[in-house]
Amino acid sequence: MTYLAKPKFHHPSIPVNALGFTHRDYEGSMSTLCAGCGHDAISAAIIHACFELSLPPHRIAKLSGIGCSSKTPTYMLGQSHGFNSVHGRMPSVLTGANLANRDLIYLGVSGDGDTASIGLGQFAHAMRRGVDMVYIVENNGVYGLTKGQFSATADRGSTAKKGAAALDQPIDLVGMAIGLGASFVARSFSGDKAQLVPLIKAAFEHKGAAFIDVISPCVTFNNHAGSTKSFDYVREHNIAVNALDVISGRDPIEVDYAEGASQSVTMHDGSTIVLRKLDANHDWRDRSAALATLERARVAGEIATGLIYLDDDASELHEVLGTAERPLNELSERELCPGSKALEAINASLR
Amino acid sequence: MPIAAVNDFVIRFANVNGSGSASANLLFARSILRMGVPIAPRNIFPSNIQGLPTWYEVRVSEEGWLGARGGADMLVAMNAQTFAQDVAALEPGGYLFYDSTRPLPPSSLRDDIVVLGMPLTEICTAEYSDPRQRQLYKNIVYVGALAALLDIDIGVIDTLINERFKGKDKLIAANLSALKIGYDDAKSRFDCPLGVRVRRSDQVGDRILVEGNFAAGLGAVYGGATVCAWYPITPSTSLAEAFERNCARYRVDKATGKKNYAILQAEDEIAAIGVAVGAGWNGARAFTATSGPGISLMQEFFGLAYFAEIPVVVFDVQRGGPSTGMPTRTQQSDLLSCAFASHGDTKHVLLIPDGPNEAFEFAARAFDLAERLQTVVFVMLDLDIGMNSHLCAPFQWDDARTYDRGKVLSFEKLEKAPNFGRYDDVDGDGIPYRTLPGGHPTRGAYFTRGTSRDRFARYTEEGLPYIDNMERLERKFETARGLLPRPVLKRAAKPSRVGVLQYGSTAASMDEAQKMLADEGLHVDTLRIRAFPMTREVQDFIGSHDQIFVVEQNRDAQMRTLISTDLGVATDRWTPILHFNGMPTSARFIHREIAARLRQPAAPQPLEAAE
Repeated sequence: MTYLAKPKFHHPSIPVNALGFTHRDYEGSMSTLCAGCGHDAISAAIIHACFELSLPPHRIAKLSGIGCSSKTPTYMLGQSHGFNSVHGRMPSVLTGANLANRDLIYLGVSGDGDTASIGLGQFAHAMRRGVDMVYIVENNGVYGLTKGQFSATADRGSTAKKGAAALDQPIDLVGMAIGLGASFVARSFSGDKAQLVPLIKAAFEHKGAAFIDVISPCVTFNNHAGSTKSFDYVREHNIAVNALDVISGRDPIEVDYAEGASQSVTMHDGSTIVLRKLDANHDWRDRSAALATLERARVAGEIATGLIYLDDDASELHEVLGTAERPLNELSERELCPGSKALEAINASLR
Repeated sequence: MPIAAVNDFVIRFANVNGSGSASANLLFARSILRMGVPIAPRNIFPSNIQGLPTWYEVRVSEEGWLGARGGADMLVAMNAQTFAQDVAALEPGGYLFYDSTRPLPPSSLRDDIVVLGMPLTEICTAEYSDPRQRQLYKNIVYVGALAALLDIDIGVIDTLINERFKGKDKLIAANLSALKIGYDDAKSRFDCPLGVRVRRSDQVGDRILVEGNFAAGLGAVYGGATVCAWYPITPSTSLAEAFERNCARYRVDKATGKKNYAILQAEDEIAAIGVAVGAGWNGARAFTATSGPGISLMQEFFGLAYFAEIPVVVFDVQRGGPSTGMPTRTQQSDLLSCAFASHGDTKHVLLIPDGPNEAFEFAARAFDLAERLQTVVFVMLDLDIGMNSHLCAPFQWDDARTYDRGKVLSFEKLEKAPNFGRYDDVDGDGIPYRTLPGGHPTRGAYFTRGTSRDRFARYTEEGLPYIDNMERLERKFETARGLLPRPVLKRAAKPSRVGVLQYGSTAASMDEAQKMLADEGLHVDTLRIRAFPMTREVQDFIGSHDQIFVVEQNRDAQMRTLISTDLGVATDRWTPILHFNGMPTSARFIHREIAARLRQPAAPQPLEAAE
């Protein structure tokens, strides 16, 4: 952790975004995680993505469960309301918050223990309901706060710091998310900011359940030889299937890709994702091809990263439920209470 | 001697689950109500969809005693499987009405009852060719026969059938024909009417007949609930369904067709309460409905809502516990698991309605209390209240009534409040101010958490801020005490030093028992508790009586524990009157138990002896 608070003042020439905010306006409290923790890099990427997208900080609601990863919402977006809920239950709390106010931007931060073990059920149901959210799993394969026990994403045969081997099959959250109906599914690496930031931006622009599994080495308990979630291992086995850039309607960026090598997708809010294909066999619009890519990488002992699957025409929970355009938390007696006359008719029908 | 009773008897129907008897039985019950005679119908049903025995009981009481009475004066025996046990339970002099298509061995019948056999199957086989129709209309045929036997105005049933199937003329005709067949056959076969019978009266007034779950679901609509997350569980399912049905009717925007509500059937009870807590955090009025097993699963979230101070309403429609227990039987056995839900020092507000009218009112009021107090509010129904129809005062709503949204800082208020501290007790009542996500660009954001924090919502594990916070929560609980429904006192005709504490669905039986005791010169005052924490009146009542009974529907006298904990009074000399076999407590039971102890004050108390 860093012991010195960052100074509040900044240079007058520091960049501001379309809303006039500086990068600093998207930061949070000082992190209390271990120095070099992959999670801090992910927080930085989220901050950067929000800044570049010019998201109004107070319109973001950040929710998490319990664990090292779930502590990180404190370390970002200080002007946003946050909710550090109970272990494995962020998806339900976020779903309820989303039902109450559909106008906010929802960021769910979780870990591999929080999502793949205790919270597997809630993760699954949030994905299949199409809750409009960005769901980031900071995946380090271990329980950090209780000092290094394996989580359910630890690869079989990988070893813990003191030598014990993981015995069970790992859960691949990306494959699950695709199977469960998530409409934006990606995997990245906390050490690859160039890939991660555009993915997070694209996820924010996506309407529906956007899931990103970010492999995030635990420098204290899972960064040794024998770990498959260490910096070295992930760098050596990381195979990016594509590279993308996000062109937000609010903040146009010039991209320069060779003709024919890129594909662009217009998101629901008018922004565009440009994807550069790196794996000739990977078609991110095709669910079965996406699953095949994951399986090929697994057999080859590689980690496929990038945008694995996207359905840019999916519907989200409010559309499915047919809820009012106005947030439910803004409705008053006038819209909500049927009144005494209706009640008298109900009474009459019960006699 | 055959029983002779006008407008004061119990009739019990023994049916097979899934045979279509429920709607015929309700038709029968409503016809008596329409004749101006109060009724108390009760379903006794198994955890099963088809095939197992099910009973329906109607207590007819011109005097208006609507609790379970116990016993039956007439039996409509439509289930061969339970025939022997049903006949055995009939009161001496009672009437047995049964399907005589197949003769019964004479030895199976008692000689102290009146036996009325009608070949229902034979009649229906002759009349209908379709097997399903034979089954369904058999029920209507016996309703027709009962109308003749009990002197029920057939025209009233005619009207009810017309109302029920309005617009479906073929169904109306078919039902009326079946009704007539039964009525005419009974008239020709038996000496009608019987000694037990119905006579037109005017004792119903403007009262309504309604299930408590419907009432609570409707109350949630009136109370402004917009988010309902639930998981199906008997006996609470029909509460969420009633909310949904009434929302579909009253909450859909006519211009856009969009819904001013969201209902989510969650994957389990934990997710259901999680969704409700998330919605409450974000400023919507949210609830879940569940029963005992759901309460057990939701414990961690109750603690979070208590500690992080999030408004949420929980309807607990109690059933027989522990574990899966008796899923289709009634009990009041979740009091303690709700009042002190979750680990650590927690306590929660309970509202305890006595029937549908209060279920409606308390449901609506629970949302005001939850937002005012920023905490979980439990509405404690039970299966008897929730799933049985009760005759009660009509629902009322004052159109001038507004929702109490509690201490929420709007944008304008935040502009004037530079030093917002989420857990700062500005007003001294223990209730802090809260802000909603998205409300202000630069002020009011805070981090909600289940971990210990200081007044400014900053994480801390230091002792002093922790104690400061816990003591404030205690102060808030004291504030709650003053906001809750007061208990209802019913004094005996003569001054009495004997007091009876009771609550919830016990009320109807208790009122009748109080009258039965008074008729024997045993005068007792009763106090019906309607909320936890207790209000001052409970303390005063205890203080002004020498002998205290507490009447409950659980094994462990949970209310006694609750009172003792809450008020710090010694309760070891109190006498619990406990009924917990899964059936509603009855006036006969309460009367017998209290009378025995009042007549012989020195007699050993079996419950204490057993301990």
